[in-house]
Amino acid sequence: MRRLPLLLPALWLALLVAVPLLVVVALSVSFPAEGIPPFALPGRAEGINGEPFALLLEDPFYRDAFLGAVLVAGGTGLLCLGLAFPMALGLVRAAPRWRPLLLALVLLPFWTGFLPRLGAWIGLLRDEGWINTLLLGLGWIAAPLPLLYSWPALFLGMTHAYLPFAVLPLYASLSRLDPVLEEAAADLGATGPVAFLTVTLPLALPGAAAAFLLVFIPAAGEYVIPELLGPPSAQLVGRVLWGEFFQNRDWPVAAALAVALLVMLIIPILLFQRLEARR
Amino acid sequence: MRRLPVAALGLALGLLFLWLPVLLLAAYAFSDARIPFQWGGFSLRWFAALAANARLIEAALLSLRVACGAATLAVLLGGAIGWVLARRGPFRGRALFGALAGTPLVLPDVVTGLSLLLFFVLLEGITGWPAERGATTILLAHATIGAAYVAVLVQARLAEIAPELEDAARDLGASPPVAFATITLPLLAPSLVAGWLLAFTLSVDDVVVASFVSGPAGTTLPMVVFSMLRLGLTPEVNALAVVILVLAAALLAAGALALRLARRRRGPAI
Amino acid sequence: MALLSLRGLVKRFGDTVALDHLDLDVAPGEFLTLLGGSGSGKSTLLRVVAGFETAESGAVLLEGRDIAAVPPHARPLNMMFQSYALFPHLSVAGNVAYGLKRDDVPRAERDRRVAEALALVRLQGFERRLPYRLSGGQKQRVALARALVKRPRLLLLDEPLGALDANLRERTGFELRALQRETGAAFIMVTHDQNEALALADRVAVLEAGRLVQAGPPRAVYERPATRFVAGFLGGANVLEGQPDGAGGFDCPGLAATLRAEAPVDRGTAACALRPERITLRPSPLAGANASQGVVEEVAFRGDDSLLLVRAAGGALLRVGHAEEDGAPPPRGSTVHLAWEAAAVVPLRG
Repeated sequence: MRRLPLLLPALWLALLVAVPLLVVVALSVSFPAEGIPPFALPGRAEGINGEPFALLLEDPFYRDAFLGAVLVAGGTGLLCLGLAFPMALGLVRAAPRWRPLLLALVLLPFWTGFLPRLGAWIGLLRDEGWINTLLLGLGWIAAPLPLLYSWPALFLGMTHAYLPFAVLPLYASLSRLDPVLEEAAADLGATGPVAFLTVTLPLALPGAAAAFLLVFIPAAGEYVIPELLGPPSAQLVGRVLWGEFFQNRDWPVAAALAVALLVMLIIPILLFQRLEARR
Repeated sequence: MRRLPVAALGLALGLLFLWLPVLLLAAYAFSDARIPFQWGGFSLRWFAALAANARLIEAALLSLRVACGAATLAVLLGGAIGWVLARRGPFRGRALFGALAGTPLVLPDVVTGLSLLLFFVLLEGITGWPAERGATTILLAHATIGAAYVAVLVQARLAEIAPELEDAARDLGASPPVAFATITLPLLAPSLVAGWLLAFTLSVDDVVVASFVSGPAGTTLPMVVFSMLRLGLTPEVNALAVVILVLAAALLAAGALALRLARRRRGPAI
Repeated sequence: MALLSLRGLVKRFGDTVALDHLDLDVAPGEFLTLLGGSGSGKSTLLRVVAGFETAESGAVLLEGRDIAAVPPHARPLNMMFQSYALFPHLSVAGNVAYGLKRDDVPRAERDRRVAEALALVRLQGFERRLPYRLSGGQKQRVALARALVKRPRLLLLDEPLGALDANLRERTGFELRALQRETGAAFIMVTHDQNEALALADRVAVLEAGRLVQAGPPRAVYERPATRFVAGFLGGANVLEGQPDGAGGFDCPGLAATLRAEAPVDRGTAACALRPERITLRPSPLAGANASQGVVEEVAFRGDDSLLLVRAAGGALLRVGHAEEDGAPPPRGSTVHLAWEAAAVVPLRG
């Protein structure tokens, strides 16, 4: 009876977290097969199939998928940081009376639905959308600009979707800073900007790193935003995995992509956990 | 104070960036016309179209059912996980337990979806269940993800509640289950409510994991909206955004009010 | 018969020994203070008696019955926690009523007893307050009322005055004493404050490294400490190292003097204690035992007296009390002659 509160969640975690991941790893070295499901787990007869991983290493298409994902996730992370830092600073320095409302305003878009927000960007960016209509009306352009399904659209959508994730850890780390520290710096002769650069900024760095990783980790595997806003050429790993699975029905390659994505994310994940543990 | 304008400006710009697209489109959900900058007159026709879209309504009902079930299961499981991590002393495999509890938080959606689907396929091969993937498999997947978030909230909250409170209750004659029910549970309640709402939100918002683990029988609202957006924007999506926005704002306001009332009645937690 | 008997209690946390074969008896209606530094095992002792920790060996007998297997909620004793552990979501009355509800005391009687308990600690009118709106002293009284409302025959108090500011402490201490007399319950109070321990208790038990070093009435423990630790802990006595001279005296090279107690010093004596206030200043050198001289290094004014730090001829640093009525204390750097009575010399066993 006393062990029930431990055993039940442990069993759940083993079954629905550990086992599925192990199955992915097993599948990534399996042979594809006809029928449903379209694979045969290794160890039956054929042994281990190295082909999915070999394919990942040889075909530049897959290499570019990973490279693109890292660049997009990294770029999104930096864009989010650049926007989030002044926002977090503004939140910390806002009058305490207004802070809950402002914080809610940062978080509420998170609850407006991920897809409707992307819909909003489609409405802004498409050929008959707000921006093209405005530019045409002003006579600045003669024909609609191809804004939607482009790299800038992809980055706009990603930044918009992940910005709240970056604001929160930055806000948390900045609000923990003792304002006396900047006063002490001023007392020791540092002027406002110098005090900010030499005291506040270094102390906010762990928070900034956490914010960057909190954006980078989910963004690296993002599927929906590249699909809805990005150019067809934006074949990032999430989209490639989806395609291998749903269109090509090559489950072993999809699994190999998942394993490779996890391996790629392990370092950022461990870094993030270390940052969290240090708080 | 000197730098306040810069920071305030940054905050204002950031909020504008977050809100402008949503508000613009939401406002035009009430316009009869579909053309930007041209107010076609106030109209609820898109909401009517939304209400008449049987496929969308059916998907929305399924999403609500799945999200309620997943959030409830996530609170039970995540509560237990958080309790184990915060209160149960060292045991064999604790590090592994903690790592597994945190894994769903950092897995990309495509990996979570693929791994759970493979698990369900394999499970069906071995036990014959689940014969058909749909609401149940989505619910289990969402509960797993939600539980990880609930566990974080519960663990953090339990760390703030002094273990001495339960000791005191036991000293005053409460058996361990009674001490838990009369002392720890009421103090934990705000986190459980917040966790339920978070798990609910994650569930009604998810398209990737649901697409993987679902079958022909289970199409959730995000899956329908996603296919609509793929084909281009329809005004119904704008109308839907308004509905979601209003519901979310109402929920948030209700939550804030409840929290304020609870504070006034009980005071801040220890 | 003793109300509570502890027999040979042993409790370890990893490599640290919290309780080391500890024996202790508590009589009904007795006020016992457990005095010791941090890590002496005094709080562990309370937690073992309350049932939150289980001793590895030894017995906890309550009225002669071994209660080792009885869970905390079934033990007929109550505890007041150092942090007070007030339930933050329950009002003052709710906190006090909690234990009665667990015992299914009928509503009317419950209300009456809660009112009584709150009257006992002078908190009428605070029934509906939540703990976060109480001052430190009020919280302390709620915790006390909550523990007393079940009318335990034994109340455990873990540093009950520790969280109060100095001026509230003395008054609350007297109130505690009065409450104990009024309720007739036995109190075991843990403290690290020697003044508290001496002022409130019928009996003081001094703990060091999980062992009971000395127990007895406050005056006896204060006057006749058994070991260096007790002598140093209570009243800051001078502990003088040296050897028995085999002729009933005690050679102390640090003072360059021989100490004599009222009875001959036996061979097992490890050191002698000498209280600062028992040392007197003499105008001229005194020959023989129980006298020394030295140079005043520091003078600290303490209100009703001054404390001198005197470097004795043999190199030892002595704490010497100087009463105000004896005039101005000698200035820093002056040479003083010291003497004391044989009754002031306390041989220490260890």
